[in-house]
Amino acid sequence: MHPFRIPGSFALMLATLVFASAVSAQTSERLLANGMKVIVIEDHRAPTVAHMAWYRAGSIDEVNGKTGVAHVLEHLMFKGTKTVGPGEFSRQVAAMGGRENAFTSRDYTGYYQQLHKSHLAKVMELESDRMANLELTAEEFSREIKVVMEERRLRTEDQANALVYEQLMAAAFIASPVRSPVVGWMNDLQSMRVEDTREWYRNWYAPNNALLVVAGDVDPKQVFDLADKTYGRVPSRALPARKPQIEPAQRGVRRLRIKAPAENPSVLMGFRVPKLEAVDGSDDAYALELLSAVLDLDENGRLTRSVVRGSRVANRAGAGYDMVARGPVLFLLSGTPAQGKSTEDVEAALRGEITRIARDGVGDDELRRVKAQYVASRVYKRDSVFGQAMEAAGLEISGFSHTDADAILERIRKINVRQIQDVAGRYFDEDSLTVVTLDPQPLPKDANAGKATLRTRH
Amino acid sequence: MLAIATFVAALWPSLASAVLPIEHWKTAAGARVYFVHAPSIPMLDISIGLDAGGRYDPVGKEGLASMTNAMLAKGAGDLDESAMAERFAMVGAEHGGGAGDDRASVTLRTLSSAAELETAVSTLQLMLTRPSFPQTVLTREKERAVQGLREAQAKPGNIARRAFNQALYGAHPYGRDSTPATVAALGREDLVAFWRDNYTASRAVVAMIGAITREQAAQIAERLTADLPAGSAPPAVPEVARIDQGREQRIEHPSTQSHILIGLPAIAWGDPDQFALLVGNYVLGGGGFVSRLYDEVREKRGLAYSVYSYFSPSLQPGPFTIGLQTAREQTGTALQVVRDTLDHFLKAGPTEQELAAAKANLVGGFALRIDSNRKILDYLSLIGFYGLPLDYLDRWPERVSAVTMQQVQEAFKRHVRPQALSTIVVGDGKAPGK
Repeated sequence: MHPFRIPGSFALMLATLVFASAVSAQTSERLLANGMKVIVIEDHRAPTVAHMAWYRAGSIDEVNGKTGVAHVLEHLMFKGTKTVGPGEFSRQVAAMGGRENAFTSRDYTGYYQQLHKSHLAKVMELESDRMANLELTAEEFSREIKVVMEERRLRTEDQANALVYEQLMAAAFIASPVRSPVVGWMNDLQSMRVEDTREWYRNWYAPNNALLVVAGDVDPKQVFDLADKTYGRVPSRALPARKPQIEPAQRGVRRLRIKAPAENPSVLMGFRVPKLEAVDGSDDAYALELLSAVLDLDENGRLTRSVVRGSRVANRAGAGYDMVARGPVLFLLSGTPAQGKSTEDVEAALRGEITRIARDGVGDDELRRVKAQYVASRVYKRDSVFGQAMEAAGLEISGFSHTDADAILERIRKINVRQIQDVAGRYFDEDSLTVVTLDPQPLPKDANAGKATLRTRH
Repeated sequence: MLAIATFVAALWPSLASAVLPIEHWKTAAGARVYFVHAPSIPMLDISIGLDAGGRYDPVGKEGLASMTNAMLAKGAGDLDESAMAERFAMVGAEHGGGAGDDRASVTLRTLSSAAELETAVSTLQLMLTRPSFPQTVLTREKERAVQGLREAQAKPGNIARRAFNQALYGAHPYGRDSTPATVAALGREDLVAFWRDNYTASRAVVAMIGAITREQAAQIAERLTADLPAGSAPPAVPEVARIDQGREQRIEHPSTQSHILIGLPAIAWGDPDQFALLVGNYVLGGGGFVSRLYDEVREKRGLAYSVYSYFSPSLQPGPFTIGLQTAREQTGTALQVVRDTLDHFLKAGPTEQELAAAKANLVGGFALRIDSNRKILDYLSLIGFYGLPLDYLDRWPERVSAVTMQQVQEAFKRHVRPQALSTIVVGDGKAPGK
């Protein structure tokens, strides 16, 4: 082992870059006759497998008055088919030693199981069955919709930060359906009927709107054969037209102040910026990605260094940008004021950091630091079979190929300091900004935290 | 406590195990090392577990173990916090850590190529052995922690958790949580002393998995532990008091849901009933989408999104917990359903079919518990810290399979005594009880 030397380390980092892309996991893909794409990611370290079926149907595909229906249908997918009774899907997966769940986002709905590879065929049969044969009854719906309302209460109604984000999206976008929350507005949940979920299922749960990813200790040929025999039997269907619903230009800053029970004020800002349109297209999305990394990838990110540690304006500060998405995206800045500072101070300080980069640029060392972390994280990602499957599916569902991950990393590597300075100067004017400030409402004084009563049971 | 753990470990020779070839040795300074060679990804994971958890926090200084741990990366040797973060980041290394009630830990994930590895390990070594605890940084971190605690104290789930710990453990360290006042009371000298007394090799476990040789692993373990402080005997921690009569506490909160926690102190690691309780609890509330609580509360009645139960074995008896959240106006109904479900389970136990299904899931899903380096690292740490035998993982499936109906029923009778259960409700402060 050698003592630490920066030049040596940098030379090795470049060597690692080549290595990292050379060792990306072995993947294969096939398009079934019915239009369903199948991707296999081989990882033979352990005899397990992650099996995922994704549908290109998320809250972005919903219409007014029926927000949340994508997510409600996700819940109902566990309620049985013509041949598998309610709850039986989960009982069978559990009996195989499997773990399972599902998730709904703005862009997609995904279902997964993780289990020993010997059960792959059985789980493919079960998952493909509920792609085509789901039974949606008013009785099951009436109970499950209550569960979803509890989920909304738990994750949104009683979470000040979630309310702030919900309001930001609803204010930053007016026409685009990305404005509505994935879980749905409470009143839409209250007025939802089982027919709405049937319509959703009929519209979007077709093999030609779905993606299968199998990752783990498997042989691609066997997986493709199994896919043919299971998912391959489901006929393709014409999908409803997807309206573009392009968001009109923003004409000036939008500001909201919302009240919710909380202790600390906070501020969340969203700037309308471009997403990644094509891997070999404009550099802007890659430069924005690196801008966000320079600001907040690690403890030495500009925001923590300057605003939390340096000027002590904020106790927490963050930046976020996700360039891979189906709909329009925001570049987020957020912060919580330190004692004696206000949300206005935090807003000014966070925007000041962008202005400073637009004026002075970023250092070569800063860029090198974040690139080193991107490269390392590509290696670390290989430790999780599940994570690899998620990444592949996420790229595919947004219109990219799962094989683009390496090309995207190469594009990111080629971004230079001037390009970062350039996007910092071009995309952060006030007219494309929405700001939501949390005005914390203290708990009522009669919260009797100290009072305990002894009662006996039985 | 640790003396016993070491003794148990010493009974088991360092056999190469069938499921996982764990190599085990001690460093010159006395730290126990658990290593698995995993060559397929060019990276290394390290976790240093230390007997330096919050149970050693003095009264009035709760939060000391956490703050000491968090400050390790905030300056060491001649490096300030920026320089340390820079050294990790420049080689793509990720470090982490934290302190629970029992265990403090420091973790590192790094590329295993020579220069990256060297930089990451040497920085980790500095953190562990020469932390400087700079006063200005501590002042700032205390302010941030206090604000975070105030925020947490406004959240119903957190209020419930704190009241629950208090009800179960009273003055025992497991029941004492940090508050803005106890964090404000922390002085630099407290952190220095806590590190000096507790971050010592003889009470440390070094777990490693990755693409390095056994020789490299041995060198790294020596470097990380050779210069740790000499330490002192761990302070005495009181026994967890047996509870005969549980408490019922209602706390009013404007949240739309009531957060409900029910439980009592239950088992320590190594308790002979541990596997029977694991299997039984799978049936009651541990088994994802198929448990009794899930079925009664969520599937049949739509009363909650999340409902669960679990045992948290610890060095001393950790809690058995049932938890759920429900719209505040149906708090009483939900509470009744949970109590009826639990009572029925305690009286009649699982059915034969349920018992078989529980075992099928746990045994059949065993491979999923060790299918990544990260998961294996966690098990290595656990085995080392709690003094579990080296073949703990090998024997895990057979020990699950061997659990009988009678064992489940008796174990629950012993450890989940209805009169001793405490119930905390935060939300509807006037929800009816029994």
